[in-house]
Amino acid sequence: MAKKGWKDIPIGGLIEEAGTAKEYKTGSWRTFRPVIDKAKCINCLQCWMHCPDSCIKVKDSKMEGFDYDYCKGCGICASVCPVKCIKMKPDVKQ
Amino acid sequence: MANIKELSKIPERLTSGHRLCSGCGASIAVRQVLMGTTSPVVTAAATGCLEVATTIYPYTAWAVPFIHNAFENVAATISGAETAYRALKKKGKITKDIKFVAFGGDGGTYDIGLQSLSGALERGHNFVYVCYDNEAYMNTGIQRSGATPTGASTTTAPAGKVSYGKPQIRKDLTAIVAAHHIPYAAQGCISHWNDLVTKSQKAFAIEGPAFLNVFSPCHRGWRYPQSDTIKIAKLAVETGFWPLIEFENGKWSFTYRPKERKPVVEFLKTQGRFKHLFKEENKPVLGRIQKDIDTHWNYLEKLTQATSA
Ligand code: SF4
Ligand code: SF4
Repeated sequence: MAKKGWKDIPIGGLIEEAGTAKEYKTGSWRTFRPVIDKAKCINCLQCWMHCPDSCIKVKDSKMEGFDYDYCKGCGICASVCPVKCIKMKPDVKQ
Repeated sequence: MANIKELSKIPERLTSGHRLCSGCGASIAVRQVLMGTTSPVVTAAATGCLEVATTIYPYTAWAVPFIHNAFENVAATISGAETAYRALKKKGKITKDIKFVAFGGDGGTYDIGLQSLSGALERGHNFVYVCYDNEAYMNTGIQRSGATPTGASTTTAPAGKVSYGKPQIRKDLTAIVAAHHIPYAAQGCISHWNDLVTKSQKAFAIEGPAFLNVFSPCHRGWRYPQSDTIKIAKLAVETGFWPLIEFENGKWSFTYRPKERKPVVEFLKTQGRFKHLFKEENKPVLGRIQKDIDTHWNYLEKLTQATSA
């Protein structure tokens, strides 16, 4: 996001566009990364329901993986998964 | 009853990229509550972690209109917005059905914003107020609030040689709200999403003020590993520490009743804020906490029976 001068800032510090936090990637906070064994997944969407960062991708009611741009690696998804098909792995640089 | 597959089709109103702590219960509460309606919503939040971390300038994690606001007046702000909406609707300038929802933490609801909440409830605005209750002022550094439970160590009620943490019992905010004789008030918990989303659906559908008190663990303030947020929330319900009750048109009822209430130590022992209670000299406090929970549970049993007729 380009820096704005004081003349460009809307009155009252309004943010004129919704959902701009999407431009701020929180994935770098992560020290552990969730990894899924899709073969075991029953698509119950418990992980999606409990992710604090809306990082579980769901398409047509199916769990489609994680949004690593924002996932903070809290491990809640792994903890709530009833079939334990999500594992938290150290997020080392490849 | 809500269907998770159907809920997953509702577009997210709170986006990724907010800066709440990893594993925070507050955003889980917001997500689940907002699943309770498909109508357009106008939101506002009292000062607190949620407000601060979702609206760090020039970003906002709200994909819906959001009003930034002070600690004590989110209920007043949302009342004003709702009144303006009604006036514009009457004039035909707005035709859509819009829902209004205010969020506040326990600091902004149990304590600092209680007067504005009370006013808004009494005036009867058509809005939903959601308290995400993490039982202390977490945003400013874990100070005790009216929602902090007995025995919890906070920075302003620290456990030590002469103190076992907060000595008082927490307020029964849900009952205080119900005493305004509004159509709907309930306690929910993020571990029981179906119960919470169902309550939220009711709250949004009802004409007039509705209130949801949502138990939202905070791992920084409660001192537990961040992956345990849901596990601990569930224990609060299973031990009767956080009863899932609702107040609808004058009647109190349990929406979920654990088959057998677990001893409260099962919940307390999972968190660092209660660690000192397990020392020999503090054992009587554990007994007192259990007794308070039993007393409150029995009171709720009587209350539900007395009002169900
Ligand atoms: S909780 Fe586990 S089984 Fe359920 S959708 Fe997520 S990964 Fe799949
Ligand atoms: S680790 Fe946490 S942030 Fe990442 S996908 Fe799982 S629940 Fe969401």
